[in-house]
Amino acid sequence: MSVSEQSEVGAGRHEEIRAVPVRRPGRWVAAVVVLVVVASLIRSAVANKNFQWHLVGQYLFDGRITHGVVITIELTLIAMAIGIGLGVLLAIMRQSPNPVVKWASWLYIFFFRGTPVYVQLVFWGFFGALYKDVSIGVPFGGPVLLHASSNTLISSFNAAILGLGLNEGAYMAEVVRAGLISVDEGQTEAAHALGLSPGQTLRKIVLPQAMRVIIPPTGNETISMLKTTSLVVAIGGVYELMSEGAAIYGATYNPMPVLITVSIWYLALTSVLYVAQYFIERRYGRGFTRSERGRWRARTLALSTGNEHGAGPV
Amino acid sequence: MVMAAGVRKRFGLLEVLKGIDLEVRRGEVMCMLGPSGSGKSTFLRCINHLERINAGRLSVDGELVGYREAGGKLYELHEKEVARKRAEIGMVFQHFNLFPHMTALDNVALAPTLVKRLGREEARRRGRELLARVGLGDKLDTYPVALSGGQKQRVAIARALAMAPKLMLFDEPTSALDPELVGEVLDVMRGLAKDGMTMIVVTHELGFAREVADTAVFMDGGVVVETGPPGEVLAAPRHERTRAFLSKVL
Repeated sequence: MSVSEQSEVGAGRHEEIRAVPVRRPGRWVAAVVVLVVVASLIRSAVANKNFQWHLVGQYLFDGRITHGVVITIELTLIAMAIGIGLGVLLAIMRQSPNPVVKWASWLYIFFFRGTPVYVQLVFWGFFGALYKDVSIGVPFGGPVLLHASSNTLISSFNAAILGLGLNEGAYMAEVVRAGLISVDEGQTEAAHALGLSPGQTLRKIVLPQAMRVIIPPTGNETISMLKTTSLVVAIGGVYELMSEGAAIYGATYNPMPVLITVSIWYLALTSVLYVAQYFIERRYGRGFTRSERGRWRARTLALSTGNEHGAGPV
Repeated sequence: MVMAAGVRKRFGLLEVLKGIDLEVRRGEVMCMLGPSGSGKSTFLRCINHLERINAGRLSVDGELVGYREAGGKLYELHEKEVARKRAEIGMVFQHFNLFPHMTALDNVALAPTLVKRLGREEARRRGRELLARVGLGDKLDTYPVALSGGQKQRVAIARALAMAPKLMLFDEPTSALDPELVGEVLDVMRGLAKDGMTMIVVTHELGFAREVADTAVFMDGGVVVETGPPGEVLAAPRHERTRAFLSKVL
């Protein structure tokens, strides 16, 4: 704004306000304290020989570690797939007008949420001791479709998948149920009034809208699952990231660099999940924001900066 | 088209409809007026079986709503049959109830594709026509969140029309709108009435009722207090209760 313009607006009354902000020395002090603490932590980590950073560099792409990373990813993805599928099924069962179906779902959730996943994993590890053979077929003397010994059918890997996936199903059921009840009843009514069947209403109207509510806690569950896979050490014989690491430092008696390597990998995998969640949220945020495609809302969610009503950069 | 005889509806212990007798003929426009809680909306929702009635008989086009009668017994209809009958009745809600995760055009084209098994292209072509008819030919790809209340309600009307219904139910279609947006929605409804659509409209718009309705119905406390041509019911009501209500609304 030029000087001549200012005088035209009459004693500059309409010029943009440029007030001197309130001085806040406390903020400066707090920032300095935090920076000093962080800097000293970093310094001690770098200077302390016991961390053995040169070994971390060696282990990072060690064949055993990268194999563990692959197994961890496999366990996470398969267990989450089972968990999400089961969760949707159980959540829909919870809403069923059939009391038997409803109670079955409730009982499942009660049992699998009420016992530690560690215990469940150990249980699946010993499944062979409980049932020597597994048969799938028509119960009570009907024809048998599949018959195998437990030890071949439920390998360590499968036991881990079952333990993690079945447990996750109980948690996902509650996540999905929260999503389903978050959708306004008017949506179901409008769909019914148009002649959509209950199944079509669920698939085309309710679930897509519930997704917006389901995704953030599902991302949370996936990140949690990524780390819970380290508990399959309880079963033994599944060499995911943590087990591989434990095997290495069990032989070298030098855990520090291995644990740091493992942590770096878990952090890297979690970061990938953050990015994935951002894109999925953007996909299901459509129609819930005034800017096309819901970019802005997705962005604020990803960065978790509250203010929903500010102007939206796109 | 719609026949109601002794229709009763209870919610728990509360009886909301206490014996409704009404008839709507093909091509007729009926406006239902009355204070909130009088049962107008509930009656409307009974017509497409969003609420199930407790007593009496309610039929659309000669067929019972939600039931089948054979050998002196009533049988509940399967969800699929209920859905098939609902598909022939359009409904417009007070709060629009547009599907927020779909564009205006997808909102309109959804039910014809899913329920009538119309091809996707054909459904979208007809959807474009209908949206143009309600004056929203330029909002095809807009999501509901970016539409004004009046525009939303016009999309909702187009969505109901897409199923080529033989009867349209309007549940206070302008009550949630800013005053200056009411006109555009009433204009669309006026056009529908002119084209001969059978309509039942729950509304507080007396001007619209006077101008468009063939029959005006005044309800209070779950019963029909007064019914007749709008010129009589609205201009020269016979019942004290109707007079009291109208004097408050005007």
